[in-house]
Amino acid sequence: MDRLLDVRQLKTAHLGPLDLALQPGELVQVTGASGAGKSLLLRALADLDPNTGEVKLNGDPRDTMAPVEWRRRVAYVPAETAWWGERVDEHLPIDFSRPAALHLLEQVALPEACLGWEVERLSSGEKQRLGLVRALLNQPRVLLLDEPTANLDLENTKRIERAVRGYLAEEDVAALWVSHDTLQRQRLGGRILTISDGQLEASAWT
Amino acid sequence: MDLITLSPVDLALAALLVLALAGVTVWARMGLGRSLVIAGVRTVVQLLLVGLILQTLFDHAQLGWVALMAVVMLAVAGYEVMARQQRRFTGLWGYGIGTATMFISAFAVTVLALTTMVGPTPWWEPQYAIPLLGMLLGNTMTGIALGLDRLTQTVWRERRTIEGRLALGASWSEAVATMRREAARSGLMPTINAMAAAGIVSLPGMMTGQILAGAPPVEAVKYQILIMFLIAAGTGFGTLGAVWFASRRLFDTRERLRLDRLRAGRHA
Repeated sequence: MDRLLDVRQLKTAHLGPLDLALQPGELVQVTGASGAGKSLLLRALADLDPNTGEVKLNGDPRDTMAPVEWRRRVAYVPAETAWWGERVDEHLPIDFSRPAALHLLEQVALPEACLGWEVERLSSGEKQRLGLVRALLNQPRVLLLDEPTANLDLENTKRIERAVRGYLAEEDVAALWVSHDTLQRQRLGGRILTISDGQLEASAWT
Repeated sequence: MDLITLSPVDLALAALLVLALAGVTVWARMGLGRSLVIAGVRTVVQLLLVGLILQTLFDHAQLGWVALMAVVMLAVAGYEVMARQQRRFTGLWGYGIGTATMFISAFAVTVLALTTMVGPTPWWEPQYAIPLLGMLLGNTMTGIALGLDRLTQTVWRERRTIEGRLALGASWSEAVATMRREAARSGLMPTINAMAAAGIVSLPGMMTGQILAGAPPVEAVKYQILIMFLIAAGTGFGTLGAVWFASRRLFDTRERLRLDRLRAGRHA
């Protein structure tokens, strides 16, 4: 099977070396104790922290792509999304497609009007859902999701799970999903990577 | 010229005022007394020394000595810029960014002013070159120090915003644009305020000095205008340059935010 994301000997100051591969459409869960390096793994893959190793997207080495291009293709969504402007739509890509935005908003159960909402007014759950939407508007090939449902109730959690699953299937996109929740792990299924002390400890299937 | 010479007694009287202030701050337990006295003593010692040096320099006007003086002034100003940073760059960059941009802006503007506007013969005549350079360095130093300090502080505080923007596909320059604008504003504001308030709120120090020394007010004003424009240009270009270089240095070639290139300074 062809690999969408191919990682070899990835190493940072606190991580690795580790190997990893994601197939198109695949959702791989990442788990491990707090501080084990789950977020560091996602940050290294998004090239936000200094790292060495060979990382390829669709066979293209990362070094051949501009950092800006890479981060649009390999989208990192942190556990706590950052907001800097006054209105929600200031945080979307300048050239975003409106129909695509509406489609995504519908999937995470937010109205079109929320694009004009003030950031101050957003709940943490709304921020988390909008954080996912704005990352997806870049049409990434790989999603790096750091506890994307940490602030959500069960109903919205399941909505996000469905939305991500749907997006992966529709677009042949792969995702790494950091999760602490055992029930969620069972719902999401698929391969599970366990990180411990910056090393990949185990790889298992649910 | 009707210059009234000040006697040591006159200066001692002025010093009493500072001592009185220091006394009050000690009494009010504000912890400023020591600093005030030390700063006062430094003023006396440093200015007396520089007076002696200037006198010697004027008596033996040679390009080499003027250049040496200029380099020493630059080196000290560079150190001051670094010392005022709460978070400074590691390694040579901590000293280098401020010093290099000050060298480029303050020296270029001074040389330009000497050769095209003031025009003494020779152009490096110390009586003109050293005070001009001193004023430019003093002001660019403040601007650059303020600008750099604001930049590194804001970037440190808003690293999540910056990385959030990077993660969404912003370039390093877009990601740090608002912080850079804020830093440039903060570095330039004192100069802009000084120009806007000049003559209304305060009589600028140099002009006051010339008038006290007996120069006709209109001549003093012309010099002051020249100086203010030079200061504005020197501080402005210096601050913009320093903020740009520093913001670039905060990212590596893969456009990652590298806060590990900063370390806490003395006051952090």
